[in-house]
Amino acid sequence: MIAAATDTGTLVPRINVGDWVDTFIDWMTDTFDPFFDAVKTFFESIYDGLAWALSTPPFFVVALVLAALAFWVRGWKLGVGTLLGFVLIAGMDQWDNAMESLALVIVASVVALLLGIPLGIWAARNEHVSRVVRPILDFMQTMPAFVYLIPTVVIFLTGPVPGIIATVVFAIAPGVRFTELGIRQVDGEVVEAGRAFGSTDRRILRQIQIPLAMPTIMAGINQVIMLALSMVVISGMVGAGGLGDDVVAALQRVDVALGFEAGLAVVILAIFLDRVTSALADRAPVAKALKATR
Amino acid sequence: MTADSSTTTTPAEPSGVAPAVSVRGVYKVFGPKPGEAVRRLQAGATRDEVKSLGTAAVIDASFDVAPGEIFVVMGLSGSGKSTLIRMLNGLWAPSAGDVLLGDANLAKVDGKQLRALRRSRVSMVFQHFALLPHRTVLDNAAYPLEIQGIGRSERQEKAREALELVGLGGWADSLPSQLSGGMRQRVGLARALAADTDVLLMDEAFSALDPLIRSEMQEQLLELQEKLGKTIVFITHDLNEAMHLGDRIAVMRDGRIVQIGTAEQILSDPANDYVEKFVADVDRSRVLTASSVMQRPRVTVTISGGPRLAAREMREAEVSGAYVVDRKRTLKGLVRADDAVRAAKEGVEKLEGVVDPDVTAVHRDTPLAELFAPAAESAVPLAVVDDEGRLVGVVPRVTLLEAMVPADNGDAAADAGTGIPAPADDEPAGTTEGASA
Repeated sequence: MIAAATDTGTLVPRINVGDWVDTFIDWMTDTFDPFFDAVKTFFESIYDGLAWALSTPPFFVVALVLAALAFWVRGWKLGVGTLLGFVLIAGMDQWDNAMESLALVIVASVVALLLGIPLGIWAARNEHVSRVVRPILDFMQTMPAFVYLIPTVVIFLTGPVPGIIATVVFAIAPGVRFTELGIRQVDGEVVEAGRAFGSTDRRILRQIQIPLAMPTIMAGINQVIMLALSMVVISGMVGAGGLGDDVVAALQRVDVALGFEAGLAVVILAIFLDRVTSALADRAPVAKALKATR
Repeated sequence: MTADSSTTTTPAEPSGVAPAVSVRGVYKVFGPKPGEAVRRLQAGATRDEVKSLGTAAVIDASFDVAPGEIFVVMGLSGSGKSTLIRMLNGLWAPSAGDVLLGDANLAKVDGKQLRALRRSRVSMVFQHFALLPHRTVLDNAAYPLEIQGIGRSERQEKAREALELVGLGGWADSLPSQLSGGMRQRVGLARALAADTDVLLMDEAFSALDPLIRSEMQEQLLELQEKLGKTIVFITHDLNEAMHLGDRIAVMRDGRIVQIGTAEQILSDPANDYVEKFVADVDRSRVLTASSVMQRPRVTVTISGGPRLAAREMREAEVSGAYVVDRKRTLKGLVRADDAVRAAKEGVEKLEGVVDPDVTAVHRDTPLAELFAPAAESAVPLAVVDDEGRLVGVVPRVTLLEAMVPADNGDAAADAGTGIPAPADDEPAGTTEGASA
């Protein structure tokens, strides 16, 4: 039985899905080379600019700015916590890596959201789009994350750009899903009220659907950022830079100390990004309005 | 199902003015083949027979609503009333038939014209208020004006006026979540009023409110209507609410309008078994008024006639007391037979001395519910008067109780009623009309 089960060759011919994808990627690389070059240059320059802005000033200036941001969105506890966390990162000599990773996360998340939120809105308003998008998102979310790195390396070689592209693909799903869900969940009667008073669909989207869906959309944004951070570490495998590089290096050298320090820096970044984005979600007008209830 | 053959869609009552809203042979079928379903329904198929083609939500609805009228569409859930009201502002397009708002036919306008009509002609109040939670009460009320493109200061001023109208002047800067349900619906009402349209659609507007608040809102709506004279189409599943608010009521069942009429018409002359069963549960005491159950007094005494004449008339009518009126039939009081006889024996010339002016009279429009307390306290049938205080009838206690029983049980109740001997004093106050003329 066992032998029969293992030896599928006699029952099913070898299906060369892998070869087909490989051929497809090769063809894409050849055909769209100028386009991919342009994409690479574009992302590289944005990433370089952001990374430069974050790592050029003395670390305490950036740390203070980020702590001030945390203080502003949530309060003094998060502000102080942020400051201590970033001081610890600097103390572990991971500052430059952390800023590179932060720049990667920001660029990848912004791209994922710029694509994902409009797609989610479209899917919420169009049943056909929704039906096509859903399985694609399932596929993108369940495919092991680092598999995305392989074709992006083929296309973009190594460096931050394949990391960013793979991160966008990996992290986009919740941005689309939460947006679609949020808009679909908006009370139908309120949308009807907009129509009944003679509003256009575009205006209903802007004044009713998006504001009322905002808490859900913000939860999606939070998810996108967290996924992006986890993927940024994985993309250290293709030399994307940042904390991922040290994590991968520590793994190869079995360097517990380095691995733990880089990992801890990732955790601190994650907590900072999570708390700040969820605090922003609470500041959405609808969320605030509902909180006013006593 | 054959009972449906008695289903008649009564055309609206004829009136001189053009209707504000006119619905002509309207069908709405949700499903794959609405056109085919409508054709079959028009050929006489029942709702169940066209099920495979779609769900017939509204079948052959026709009615006119006069300007300034409150027209109530009443039916249980699934009767099609919500679909019907949504065709009056084009939220749903009819599968067949015409919906006219004044001179505009909603079935024949494009999207842009439809939006213009919604802005200028018709506004809506929703069951669950449908307010924007992130906007203040003032900005919610100003929302329709914002869509109309009116400038900020002007629309806020108008919205403020609308909020004053509904009694929420002091809440302009609050958020909807800070208000109670009844107050939120007042914001919904203010928003619809701020739009300043002639037609107001109210979709189960008070159904989500608890009973006390609901009747408060009903009164407020009637008060506002007195002032504003809007054309209101009001949807409800609550017959008592329908009867209380509606100038006319359309009863819907399974997509069809089974009867259109005033509350009293529907109550006293139900179109079929369904309506009859439906109205059996209605609180008749709130719908029927004193004038609908009152009787002619058996005897009335004119005040100028003197005690001797009064005594004789009461003796002839075999009553122990009678209401006293003047030449204009204005109610002056009550005279008892024994008082009149005694006064006659003592040679009193004028009736004034023996008249008891302290009688309980009720207005002819008083609901029956408000007659029980005075009827219980009064030894004689209640006097019913009109606006000028003239005696127009009396309501004996037995009549009052009989009126509370629906028509089909009427006989049994009447039999039971006669079996109980009425107290002597309860018989009296009747009389010959001759005395008054």
